[in-house]
Amino acid sequence: MDIPEKEFLAPGHRACAGCGATIGVRLALKMLGENTVAVSATGCLEVITTPYPETSWKIPWIHVAFENAGAVASGVERALKAQGKDDVTVVAFAGDGGTADIGLQSLSGAMERGHNLIYICYDNEAYMNTGVQRSGATPYGASTTTSPHGKESFGENKPKKNIPMIMAAHGVPYVATASISYPEDFMKKVQKAKEIEGPAYIHLHQPCTTGWGYDPSKTIELGRLAVETGSWLLYEIEEGEFKITYRPLERKPVNVYLEAQKRFKHLADKEKEKIQNYVDQVCAELKI
Amino acid sequence: MIKVISANRAIAEAVKMCKPEVVPVFPITPQTTISEYLAQFVADGDLRAEYIMVESEHSSISAAVGASGTGVRTFTATSSQGLALMHEILFVAAGMRTPIVMGNANRALSAPLSIWNDQQDSISERDTGWMQFFAENAQEALDFVIQAYKISEDHEVLLPSMVCVDGYILTHTVEPVDIPSQEDVDKFLPPYEPISYLDPKDPMSLGTFTDPDYYMEARHDMEVAMEGAKDVIRRVNQEFEEVFGRKYNLVEKYKTEDAEIILIAMGSICGTIKTVIDRLREKGEKVGLLKVISYRPFPQEDIYEAVKGARRIAVLDKNISFGIGGVLFNEIKAKMDVDASGFILGLGGREVSPDDIISIVEKTKNPTTETNQINWIGLKEEE
Repeated sequence: MDIPEKEFLAPGHRACAGCGATIGVRLALKMLGENTVAVSATGCLEVITTPYPETSWKIPWIHVAFENAGAVASGVERALKAQGKDDVTVVAFAGDGGTADIGLQSLSGAMERGHNLIYICYDNEAYMNTGVQRSGATPYGASTTTSPHGKESFGENKPKKNIPMIMAAHGVPYVATASISYPEDFMKKVQKAKEIEGPAYIHLHQPCTTGWGYDPSKTIELGRLAVETGSWLLYEIEEGEFKITYRPLERKPVNVYLEAQKRFKHLADKEKEKIQNYVDQVCAELKI
Repeated sequence: MIKVISANRAIAEAVKMCKPEVVPVFPITPQTTISEYLAQFVADGDLRAEYIMVESEHSSISAAVGASGTGVRTFTATSSQGLALMHEILFVAAGMRTPIVMGNANRALSAPLSIWNDQQDSISERDTGWMQFFAENAQEALDFVIQAYKISEDHEVLLPSMVCVDGYILTHTVEPVDIPSQEDVDKFLPPYEPISYLDPKDPMSLGTFTDPDYYMEARHDMEVAMEGAKDVIRRVNQEFEEVFGRKYNLVEKYKTEDAEIILIAMGSICGTIKTVIDRLREKGEKVGLLKVISYRPFPQEDIYEAVKGARRIAVLDKNISFGIGGVLFNEIKAKMDVDASGFILGLGGREVSPDDIISIVEKTKNPTTETNQINWIGLKEEE
């Protein structure tokens, strides 16, 4: 795969060492190119890339608030249309909180109305910007500051909200999941999303060194473990057709993934088994 | 051309002639018909705009900020709960200096739920950095929308505007309105020329994060723009008169020159007050009205100039800040040394009759310790 050399997210931003979100944005922008307008929800990405008077964005970029990336992108897309700039790509970046929780209504509206835009959720599975609080996308068993483990708690007690499938239920032309640790798979999906007319949704899994608790040098490795253990699946739904885009040759036990992270360290075997069983069940259904 | 229409229709007609390119809206009583008229204009090809029927007012104002940030003229409309839902983004719209124009059908805020008129909704947004213009009738609603674009888009101002019309009293009542020609509106209102906007040919970042080194300056810039907007409004009023023949100012003085008692009010109630003043004047009573058109920017100099010769002042508020009284009353008391009584009236659609106005004049003429405090007009006596 030819990966464009040109960068549209400048270095020097304020992200943590080993930040997965900025890797994802950097790769996405390479595929989208300079004729793109980006919208950000409030969150890590917005804060680390635009400390006034500096900006990391080499393309036009706008941020309005936390819960409205879908609506802001809708307004941008229609304004570009009104100006006859139909060739400009509109992309929105929001975290899992800005997508699965507070921004879900705005996103749903944008998807349902059929705007020609790409929405990329960078999912680090908790509210990381405010210091690791649980979101609807926090996985079962993870300890966060608002779903802490303790004498009477094993951490988050609900499974991760399935946003990609909720987006698919909107009947949009393109929905995909991706991981920053599988850059070619992700970038191909971004390319497809760009070419497709109408709304496209990409749910990008990205490890967070601070929130998950691992060495910053292991970000890519953690992302791979999520996929190789079947904890995160890579697929796309194009015009309603579901397709797995990557199958691990041999699925690793979930334990390998869980034990590499502080957020799961407290889990008893009983809970780990539950997680393994859940992964096995999903993978069996999809023949992974 | 004279047409007999409602203020909502007048606003829609004005918007059509101002040619916004993106119109995100969400229905709410009693604003809804503005959205409906605009949808029909677009459907009929009379308005070439991207009409976005969004899923909430939070999204209509968010989409408007996105569109305005992309460099196009934008319109939205709302009322009451919808305006309250927009609250967060109203600050952002002003802070990002997007010259959005919005129609607001003034309606009471819940609870208890009420669809009827008062002005609590827009008054509660007084600190957001939006300009607010209150119309007395449908003609003013139309004229204020056209002028609001020119004021908001002025490069010295770049603050959004709200044109406020009293729910039902104006939004759903028809009266004769002089609708200008498109040619005249084009002559008066040049196409919008944005300064900072999203364009891949000249990339910039809008709505960034700031640390304490910059935030205060950004707020100060807004204050300077808001104060400076007064002169821009005066100039735009003058230009408007030259093209359309109708004269406006930040305030309207009605028989204030020799008045001993002056009432200060905003919106449709001013029509009732003028009628009462005419009657009282026939009896030899020197009563006048000072109508505040521009609530933000706040024309304290114009108000003081008009009322300083009066013996006593009555300030009428269709809103209440609990524990302190009417907001306009308190702002006037804070900004100028006048002897004034405050009156709360018309909340949640409570009828305000000419007799109520007469009782306000009487209470103002003969103040007691009690009438110097918060006076509720039209309140039912407890049984």
